This record gives sequence, C-alpha cells and structure tokens, in this order.
Amino acid sequence: MLIDVHAHFLHDRTPRTDWQARNASRLRAGERVGISVHVASILGSWGATSPTYFPSPADLRYANDWLLALQRQHPARVRGYVAVNPNYTAEALAEIVRCLDAGMIGIKLAASRRANDPLLDPICRVAAERGVPILHHIWQHRRRDYPGQEASDARELGELAVRHPGVRFLLAHIGGGGDWLHSLHDLRPLTNVYVDLSGSGVDGGMLEACLDAVGVGRLLWGCDLTIETGWAKLRYLQHLLPPAELERVRWRNAAAIFPPGAFPSD
Amino acid sequence: MRIDVNAFLGSYPFRRVPGTSPEAVLAAMDRVGIDEAWVTHLPGVFWRDPTEGNAWLLEATRRHPRLRPVVAVHPGLADWRDTLRLAADVGAPAVRADPTWYGLDPAGGAMRALAGACGDAGLPLVLTVRFEDGRQRHPNDHAPELPAAAVRALIRSDARVRLLVTHADRPFIEEVHFGSTPDEAGRIWWDICWIWGPPEDHLQALLGTIGAARFVLGTGQPLRIPENAGAKLDLLQLTPAERAAIERGNALTLRGR
Repeated sequence: MLIDVHAHFLHDRTPRTDWQARNASRLRAGERVGISVHVASILGSWGATSPTYFPSPADLRYANDWLLALQRQHPARVRGYVAVNPNYTAEALAEIVRCLDAGMIGIKLAASRRANDPLLDPICRVAAERGVPILHHIWQHRRRDYPGQEASDARELGELAVRHPGVRFLLAHIGGGGDWLHSLHDLRPLTNVYVDLSGSGVDGGMLEACLDAVGVGRLLWGCDLTIETGWAKLRYLQHLLPPAELERVRWRNAAAIFPPGAFPSD
Repeated sequence: MRIDVNAFLGSYPFRRVPGTSPEAVLAAMDRVGIDEAWVTHLPGVFWRDPTEGNAWLLEATRRHPRLRPVVAVHPGLADWRDTLRLAADVGAPAVRADPTWYGLDPAGGAMRALAGACGDAGLPLVLTVRFEDGRQRHPNDHAPELPAAAVRALIRSDARVRLLVTHADRPFIEEVHFGSTPDEAGRIWWDICWIWGPPEDHLQALLGTIGAARFVLGTGQPLRIPENAGAKLDLLQLTPAERAAIERGNALTLRGR
C-alpha cells in the first residue's frame, strides 16, 4: 500500500491544453511507482478564470465536481480534497459539506488567506466535526509576500493548529520551496501537524532532518508535481528506516488521519 | 556501467549536508548502482581561490579511483593556464569554473579565454546553473544563477569547446539549445538532475525534441539524494540503447574517449 497525500489533476477548463496527457502521466507513473491511492485536489481553474491561489467559488465548484467525477471513475485509485477559498466563508463551508458528503476525504487550503487568519476558524471547526484533515499549502519560511498568493509558512500554520488541537493538519510539500529547516524547528511541538514529504526538492539531509524534528509518526509520503522526487525519497527512506517504520510513512500514518474507510484496504 | 558526472566532495557552506566524505559518496554510489563519479571539491567553489581545493581533490581521487577529479579553474587568476595543464596531466575528465561565485562576468573575457583554452586542451568545461533552489538559499547567499545567455556566449566563443551544464531546468535547456546552431548545440551536454519527470514530463519532452545524445546522468549528490536520478530514468520511456547512452555512453563521448 502506498498513499500519495499530495496530488493534483487538471481539467478541461484550465489553461493547459495538455491536461489529459498530464493526468494520464500521473496515473501511469503512479502505476510504475506502486501508488495505491492519489489523494488529490484541483485549485479551481488553475488560473484560467480566477487566479490559482485565489480561486472563485464558481471555479472551485467546477473543479471539485470534476474531481468527484474522477474519483468515481477511479474508485480504487483517486480520492479528493475539497478545495475552498476561505474569503467566501458561506460558500466554502457549504462546499466542504457538499463534497465530503459526496465522498471526498479532506480539505485543501492553498494560499487565499493567511493560515493564522480567523477566517480559517470556521473551516477548521467543520474539519473537526467531520473528522477530516486539512492539507495547507506552505511556503517554507516565507520572508515576504510573493505575487499571486497569500502564502503561509509553518509558524502561521502552527498558530492555527494550536487554536484547533482536534484537527490534523498536513504541512504541504516540505520539499516544495523555501527553507524547510526553518519549518521543521516550528513543527517539533505541534503534534497535530504532519509533514507532507512531497515537492521537487530532494536535498541531502532533508529526510534525516524531518525524522529528527517530528519522528516517523508524523511523516506522510507524497509527490505533488514531481513523481520522480517522491519515488526517490521513498527509495532513500528504505535505506534509512526499518520496514515497519517505512510502512508508516508509505500509508499507515495517512490511514490514521483520514476518516475510517477512506482507503480501499483501510 | 553508470557514470555520475555531477557529484561533490566536502562540506557546503550554507547548511549541513550529511555524507560529503569520499567514503560516504562511494557508499551512496554503491547504494544506487553508480560505478564512477566526476567529483568537484565543493568548499572550493566558495573560496577566493577555488584552486586551493584541487590538491585535496586530486589526493582523494588518487585514493579512490572510482572518483574522477573535476579540477577547478579560476580564469581571473594569473596562473590559470597552469591549472588547466595540471588537469590535463592528471587525466581529469573535465574542469569547472563557477564565474558567478568567483565574481566574474560569466560571459566576459576571462571566461571566454578559458573556454577557448579548454577547446585547445580537449577538456570539457563544467558550468553549474545553481546549487540550491533559489527559494531556500541562505539569506547571505547572493551569487546570481548562471544565465542561459552566458552558455550561449561561451559555446560560440570557441569552435572546439565542449560544455557540460549541470542543474539546468527545461526552459534553460530549451533556450540554449534552440538559441544555438546545431553544431554549437552538439557541443553541449546537460545533466538530468534538475529536470522534472512525470506528470510534467519535462525530461521525456526534451528527449523527444533535443534527443538522448545530449543528456548525461548527474545526481548532484550529496547536495541532492542520488536516488532521484535513478527514479527519473526508471520513469522514462527509453530504449535500452538510449538509457545506456544517458547512463554512460554520452559521458564517455563528452570526455573524449
């Protein structure tokens, strides 16, 4: 069993004319690597009709519907995070309920609103009620504002996690850009924040530092935009960890934080 | 046989990196099935005189023949031609220069002179676009990344120079390749360590548009885990001949033997 906790798909209303090829490539590479389940999100229209990190409610509904359809098309292989924009509180809450009821298993927050903002509190309350985790996009050690997103870093996510100790948070893509070492210092005491190992970064020493900071029990395997880097980290972890601990990173930790029955062999 | 054309020995100044000794790099090579690695003395890149690391590098590679020395040459220092002769004398597979770290214009007169001398000596010149993702660099780590324009300028500066460019991504490679004549582009080799695999499939696309002959196995280890290069190759749709070329044959062609 191998669960990718950070995947994305494209759809027909994104700017990418190659969207079908990219989706097919993800599934094909997943088969090669042995990914049992891709837990995925779609960030609205990926910029076509609203910005990727500030998606409109209409774009999110279309994307979430598209992902639900993909989940129905691949019932063993695809699971969904419902992606929402916290600036539209009522729409976001309704969309979460609608998509969880339809079979999604988590919530995706990207970079529409800073993670420590009170507007995220009602979303966290729904996550607690429904027992689903929140995958939060992170810029590791955000030193300034970057164009096109209101990114958050581990410290800001940590403030939210402290306010909602009953919610499990996934700190997105530790290898996805920025100073991951800075994030790991913040994560040590945050027992309800898990480290998503995805991202294109494959720095030597990064996985050892993750293990040192949060232990094997809070590591979740994932790929995001680069499946080869996910596979490389998995191969490296085989050298670092005994088989039972590797199993935890491969899927057992994920199975423990998503709702019961979220995965086929769960 | 697999050859890693892009590996390092020694510490990195901006963060702790495990496994930088020759013995540790050899163990990592065994772990991922790499037979030979072309190694750079990493601390020297950041020294005012990077050639001061060459003696240590040559001694380490004498003790460990699977490691081949990529000798550092600083074309802003008066005796740089002596260093180039030394590299040829010891049978180095290539020499390297890191102009943005040396404070040199990467396409300026000194670098052009070095490119020409490398062409004369039959030694490939290694250029590195970056050592780390720009988003994670140390606050005081300010040297610019190597610009693609510099690679185009250097390959045009001498008809015999051969370049090995490491840590380049797809847009960089495409800009240089299609911004060069076929003859020029045919004298540039690219390591695969920074090129994305699926689902974006940048490397697969480049193999289709540029061809497998231009790419060589490079890991960037130990700054990067070497498993990445193997995983990337395992996800490509390659013929055995293409894979063998990337893993070994193209590096031998680049080295000129």
